[in-house]
Amino acid sequence: MARVGVFVCWCGSNIAGTVDIETVLEAARRIAEVVHVEDNKYTCSESGQQSIKKAIKEHDLDRVVVASCSPLMHEVTFRRCIESAGLNPYLLEMANLREHCSWVHRNRGEATDKAIKLIGMAVAKVRRLEPLIPIRMPVEKRALVLGGGIAGIQAALDISKAGYLVTLVERLPTIGGHMAQLDKTFPTLDCSACILTPKMGEVLHDENIELLTYSEVEEVRGWVGNFEVQIRKKARSVDMVKCTGCGECIEKCPLKLPSEWDLGLGLRKAIYRPFPQAVPGVPVIDREQCFVFTKGKEKCRACERACPADAIDFEQEDEVIKRRFGAIVVATGFSLFDEKAYGEYGGGQYKDVISALQFERMVNAAGPTGGHIIKPSNGREPRNVVFVQCVGSRDRAKGIPYCSKICCMYTAKQALLLKEHLPESQAYIFCIDIRAGGKNYEEFVNRVQSEYGAIYIRGRVSRIYERGDKLIVKGTDTLAGIPVEVEADLVVLATAIASQSDSPQLARILRIPYDEHGFFSEAHPKLRPVESVTRGIFLAGACQSPKDIPDSVATAGAAAVRVCELFASDELALEPAIALVDAERCSGCLNCLEVCPFEAIREERVDSRRVASVSESICQGCGTCAAVCRSEAITMKGFTSPQLYSQIAAPFEEILKELEVEMPSC
Amino acid sequence: MRVLAHARGSITKTVIQKGQNQFNPIIIGFLCTWCSYAGADQAGVSRREYPPNILPIRVMCSGRISPHHILKAFQMGADGVLVAGCHLGECHYIRGNYMTAKRIPVVKELLSFMGLSPQRLGLTWVSASEGDRFAAVVREFTEQIRELGPSPLRGVS
Repeated sequence: MARVGVFVCWCGSNIAGTVDIETVLEAARRIAEVVHVEDNKYTCSESGQQSIKKAIKEHDLDRVVVASCSPLMHEVTFRRCIESAGLNPYLLEMANLREHCSWVHRNRGEATDKAIKLIGMAVAKVRRLEPLIPIRMPVEKRALVLGGGIAGIQAALDISKAGYLVTLVERLPTIGGHMAQLDKTFPTLDCSACILTPKMGEVLHDENIELLTYSEVEEVRGWVGNFEVQIRKKARSVDMVKCTGCGECIEKCPLKLPSEWDLGLGLRKAIYRPFPQAVPGVPVIDREQCFVFTKGKEKCRACERACPADAIDFEQEDEVIKRRFGAIVVATGFSLFDEKAYGEYGGGQYKDVISALQFERMVNAAGPTGGHIIKPSNGREPRNVVFVQCVGSRDRAKGIPYCSKICCMYTAKQALLLKEHLPESQAYIFCIDIRAGGKNYEEFVNRVQSEYGAIYIRGRVSRIYERGDKLIVKGTDTLAGIPVEVEADLVVLATAIASQSDSPQLARILRIPYDEHGFFSEAHPKLRPVESVTRGIFLAGACQSPKDIPDSVATAGAAAVRVCELFASDELALEPAIALVDAERCSGCLNCLEVCPFEAIREERVDSRRVASVSESICQGCGTCAAVCRSEAITMKGFTSPQLYSQIAAPFEEILKELEVEMPSC
Repeated sequence: MRVLAHARGSITKTVIQKGQNQFNPIIIGFLCTWCSYAGADQAGVSRREYPPNILPIRVMCSGRISPHHILKAFQMGADGVLVAGCHLGECHYIRGNYMTAKRIPVVKELLSFMGLSPQRLGLTWVSASEGDRFAAVVREFTEQIRELGPSPLRGVS
């Protein structure tokens, strides 16, 4: 006979507000083998845990059911708790009375009835649980950081400084990310390049960091502590060892193409560096455009002749690199909403309607216009500039119900920069409202209005159209309640922050969840904001949600600490809930071997009989093998068939008793 | 299993609860911990209401659920069984849910053969972020089972 203790949590009013705790306690006392039942306002609190420990000792409990929130939330908490009271941590089962009951049902009677059933099922399972001992595995103390923007750079540097090896993978030819495209940063007006480029250099020279640019992750196998990753390093067509970065090749290339880095405002060559301060400074040949690849091997080759270091290599092939990593930091950043979706704003149609990032490139001294703000249509200086906020953001019709968080601030910054560059100009800003939560943010927006004369108009823009060489911006001032029309020379659209378009593909490779907008999901929105649900994979920066630079840096540091925490011990305790084959019962059909996604099952001979055997270091405990085993020879620890059967049967026991029908044996 | 007709007379008193005219089915839900259980949690966190008839059982992967477990639930008298996993291609264990996708249609055929409506067995995919979807799926499935009425196996063991 087991001695089960049931601990019912009020969770303040979260559970007790909907579930009648007294009735639940009464019902729990009547369940077989339950010897102790108690309730607690907050079972997860220190006092709640103390009372569990006390009860284990006083009532000599050997199994515990905590009826509170989701096990995904507090299973670890309560396992630790009962372990410290001397029980095996795996002799715990949780009944989810909050997420699966009180929060989703309103009727008190129905919720209470369901709570009782859930506890009954948990007790049924806990009675059949067996003690488990975690498997210990060595940790590969090398981290993989995906994405070389400010978040990835910060995470890589932090992990390296703690003394661990890092591989930083960036898919573009340079690290730096969006921050490298910016001119100044709000609210301090720090020069973006001045605070970023030293960090980029630091990454390049850090002995612990292996930098793989123009590279992408293709495949991830394995698990926390031992990820096996395949990275494709795309052919740069330039030998990275020989190249001195002199740039002679770029000078000589005859092709002029629109620059992606400058968002079409400037030109680049077919052999190029995205921007002069790129890290590494080795150029790359665009094989889709270069004459050697489009017209024939003997064509052009001007760069090859110009190169004093003999570094150009048209024959170079992609390199496939395989490495083992103990942890992965995902810092793949964001993309921008395409303003073409707003036909009424003329995005992509009128040359003088540009995106905020295009404005940023224009105002940047290292940008295509050398820092001069001009009308792209005729190169003249604009006088009236209209900034339109929330282009995409907070617009359900465009599929982006969320706030992009940074647009209010960068628009204010751009209005300020406009005035500094062109003192005669006037900025008009259309906004729904101003969101300036952050240190010195509100003060900054106020300054832009009072000192730099930016005029804020509360209301959405309905239409933008051309009249002569001017743009007419039509909207409504919702505070004054009047229609407004502004004659503008230049219109800047604050386009929404969107996830990377291929984030679902990456999520599949990494096996991490993502939300409906393509942002990667954190393990817990409040308490585990930089961890993905998958152990050993962490999130930094805007790949998780729109973030400004300080937030990106902060999450990168937090993710780095989580990585270091993993690497601080030589061994990692792995979940012991894995499959085990009973060789006596195994018929040797080897169906399990076919279905195992991890190749964890192999054939073995026992007394010249063919049987299956599970490798415990590879098995991840999905249980697919157990489900196909005809002779039920595979035990899926923690989820054995007898455990599941009794859990299934529990809710029907009362009914069957009432009908006086005998319970079938499990 | 005994003859189905035996059960029909006796079920009504327990199945149709006091003071309610509506049939309240018992539905066993097998949820994988990574996606659909987390999705059900998300439904809770975002307070998406759904009928209380579903009783979730957490497993690591929907691929863990064998026909035995489903049949056991029906044998005990469940009016419906809902199996939920990660969307295809998003399985935490790479392809455990593909096994589920292949297995469930077979079990459905088996149910037909036994004289149970295959509609009593549902298969769905819910990701960890799809709280809304979880609630909607459960609402729909519960309604479907309500329309089918009590399982003829209630009270027969």
